[in-house]
Amino acid sequence: MADDTIPLVELRHATKTYGRIAALEDFSLAIESGRPAITAIVGESGSGKTTLARMLLGLVAPTSGQVLYQGRDLHALSGTERRAFRRDIQAIFQDPYGVYNPFYRVDHVLTTPVARFRLASTRAEARNLIEDALRAVGLRPEEILGRYPHQLSGGQRQRVMVARALLLRPHLIVADEPVSMVDASLRATILGSLRQLNQERGISIIYITHDLATAYQVADNIIVLYRASVAEAGDVELVVRAPKHPYTQLLITSVPQVSPERMWLDEQRGGQRAETAHNGCKFAARCPVAMPVCQQSVPPLFRIDSRRVVACHHYAAPGDVQPEAMASVFAGE
Amino acid sequence: MSASILRVERLRVSYDHPLGSVRAVDDVSFSLRPHERFGLAGESGSGKSTMALAILRLIRPPGRIDGGEVWLEDQKLSSLSDDAMRALRLAGIALVPQGSMNALNPVLRIRAQIADALGDHGMSLTQRDLTARVHDLLGQVGLPPAVAEMYPHELSGGMKQRACIAIAICLRPKVIIADEPTSALDVVVQRQVMVTLARVQQALGAAVVLVGHDMGLMAQFVDRLGVMYAGRLVEIAPIGEIITSPRHPYTQMLIATLPSLERKGMMQGIPGLAPLLRDLPPGCAFHPRCPKAAEICRAERPVLRNLGDQQVACHFA
Amino acid sequence: MTRGLEKVTGAAPAFTDPLPPTPSRKGRGRHFIVRYLRRNLSLAVGIILLSLLALFIVIGNLTVDTELARPLSVRALQPPSWDHPFGTDRQGRDLLAAMVAGTPLTLKIGFIAGFLGVGIGTLLAFVAGYYRGMTDTVIRGIADIGLTVPGLLVLIVIAVSVRGGLTVNEMAIIVASLAWLNPTRTIRAQVLTLRERGYVEVARLNGMSGPDIILREMMPNLLPYLAATLVSSVSAAILASIGLEVLGLGPLESPTLGMTLYWINFNAAILNGWWWWWVAPIVIILMVFLGLFFLTVGLDEIANPRLRQSV
Repeated sequence: MADDTIPLVELRHATKTYGRIAALEDFSLAIESGRPAITAIVGESGSGKTTLARMLLGLVAPTSGQVLYQGRDLHALSGTERRAFRRDIQAIFQDPYGVYNPFYRVDHVLTTPVARFRLASTRAEARNLIEDALRAVGLRPEEILGRYPHQLSGGQRQRVMVARALLLRPHLIVADEPVSMVDASLRATILGSLRQLNQERGISIIYITHDLATAYQVADNIIVLYRASVAEAGDVELVVRAPKHPYTQLLITSVPQVSPERMWLDEQRGGQRAETAHNGCKFAARCPVAMPVCQQSVPPLFRIDSRRVVACHHYAAPGDVQPEAMASVFAGE
Repeated sequence: MSASILRVERLRVSYDHPLGSVRAVDDVSFSLRPHERFGLAGESGSGKSTMALAILRLIRPPGRIDGGEVWLEDQKLSSLSDDAMRALRLAGIALVPQGSMNALNPVLRIRAQIADALGDHGMSLTQRDLTARVHDLLGQVGLPPAVAEMYPHELSGGMKQRACIAIAICLRPKVIIADEPTSALDVVVQRQVMVTLARVQQALGAAVVLVGHDMGLMAQFVDRLGVMYAGRLVEIAPIGEIITSPRHPYTQMLIATLPSLERKGMMQGIPGLAPLLRDLPPGCAFHPRCPKAAEICRAERPVLRNLGDQQVACHFA
Repeated sequence: MTRGLEKVTGAAPAFTDPLPPTPSRKGRGRHFIVRYLRRNLSLAVGIILLSLLALFIVIGNLTVDTELARPLSVRALQPPSWDHPFGTDRQGRDLLAAMVAGTPLTLKIGFIAGFLGVGIGTLLAFVAGYYRGMTDTVIRGIADIGLTVPGLLVLIVIAVSVRGGLTVNEMAIIVASLAWLNPTRTIRAQVLTLRERGYVEVARLNGMSGPDIILREMMPNLLPYLAATLVSSVSAAILASIGLEVLGLGPLESPTLGMTLYWINFNAAILNGWWWWWVAPIVIILMVFLGLFFLTVGLDEIANPRLRQSV
């Protein structure tokens, strides 16, 4: 198979700008082939997480920097290599209705990849493949096949998309807000399927969301994005239970939890200082603990311990971490 | 007469569908005390948004209000003429509808939209008074006066939503109904908007009905909560009681589905699917998905019974 | 450290959702069509009108001698009688025969021009709308400029410059030369919307090529819209051809509806009181246009998903 030392997919200093607005800045991440993990990318709208997803899928080319597949630049791949890429990296999107062509039955989204990538040589074999995939996500084939998209619930449609991703035996699935348009009671099932895929079939998952709580439940590693840059990244238990970056802390305290203590409505501390244009940390204007240096220079990613990096001047230490070293922070040693 | 500022009694709303009539709200009763924050929780198809519209008599064909009564203080709303009802909307009961931030008129400045609301209710102010009023309203929702001259597209999601709240309170209503006011907003902005709503409510001395599905949000915001399933009210109780000891299995499971930020591995779902309203199971609508279901649940529909402070519609509570 | 959602995955078998009941298959088929037509009155009226016309043409061609549509076949200027149910005109044509022979000719022009127009228009629209870029700018530019020029004027100029008489087929080509302009624009707009749909993105991720995506994913969803555009295009083509013919620029020998109108005008039939001459073609033209109009409106309802209801 592929060389295990070359990362499956890698972003190197990838930047995407639209005019003067940076959607993603100097982002580096390596997804290894040998260590399938679930990485959550958490951020609010405008954080760059959607741009990140589209770059990983090759739908958008970076303005500068590179997107590499098996060590080769994604946008310079040959036809065959590109096909291999399309098989290896699959996607699950947010809207469980828009991804279905209303003209066809739901079978269409399953039979098309089987045909395109020649996964089966006979019709019977194809049928078996599809039914197995549906069962793997907890659906009964006889209840799904032959129906039109509007006849299934949102949760079922989304699970069919997971089944579809499964058919191609990818190494990586990029799930962009897969459950935000699904009822809360069904989210656990879908996320559970993803978790199962990771554990039983060794598929890496990139779970992109604004919902910190589900990210915590599902993922092993987490990257917190703020306005196109990484604020904090590392092992999910560390980042969520003991957040270091002021933005992460703000995010966590902003999530309303079911508990008898009601402190959520109390005014949060933190500045609403005017956003003066400066070259410093983007969070400085809202940061409750901003220092003068924060307005002057952008903090690089500092390594706090073996499993976490933070982009905040408060944690300045000798030997700051360069972005590409972020990969080794995850679920490794 | 009564101490409640809003009282809903046995409200029924149906929709006429080619395949048969569908009961979207089935025999729902609750009352709202002055200054109280009441939550109406449920998932899609539970009927909670229809409830909000029905209270304001905004149900249009093919929907209709089949039965029941709504009182605002001592005024029976069904006996009001259409004009009187129109005057009552915004002035007596204000609604911040779902997705309202996208319903702001894109070609009018915020100031004009507030002026429209005031004008519709017969308030004609001089330009100077209008400006003062607009700036005051914006201040109450934490927006700078400059926003008055802006167009909706120049504002962020949170600011738009707060502008909608400003419009909702411009006539000092007694009740504010907010339908999923923060569903499209990020977590940090959501908090700002809810803090604003709470502050505004206290300043006005109004009561709030918050319609939504986020139990965490309910837990932190409301004083009392009603849980709806398939158009029926299955539990009403003070929020503290519901959190610590939910009685109805659906409430229990709804709370359990909220992913925790404290411990991993606790995510749960509710098995099965929400029923189609036109094809409800006999007896208790929840019984096909309920872990406690028994024969009686299929045979007999449970009614709301009092259990101390709480009301539950379950045979096993 | 507990990882995983054991509670969920452990209960996997119980999580297959019972399906919402689907509308019974028995409701489909003929019964469904009748019920739908009752709701979509426009479609029903359009179909009825056009069917009546079709019947008229078919039965007419079988029972009436179309040779009588030639000039000097019968006595001129006879009011309707048993022999000549529609009467006769000044050049000695039996008007019933003329209608029976001429209507299909007019319709033929309309269909050829309409189909050609929409065919070319669809092709250009997809290419422009899907690939964007320079191709789009060029195609759109030509269409836009073409649309600003008065169509009838261009047609007149073309028709006048053709040496000798025009045949019916030549008329069709002339009208078609302009018929593609509007469809290109409107269909392109639809393509632009469809392009952004989730399933098109998924198709791209499947590695499907452009033409594949256009044909397999986008085209089927556009069929209702294309049908509606086709019908209105045919209608416009018929109008344009009748317009040319009334001006005397059509195929002079053929008894097409437009030519009949021309002769009516030429001979001042209205002023001379030969009412039977102009009543029949007017009624038929009305039926053609009303039929096509109601059909368009009816198809529009199918094409517009918001108006569509799932029964």
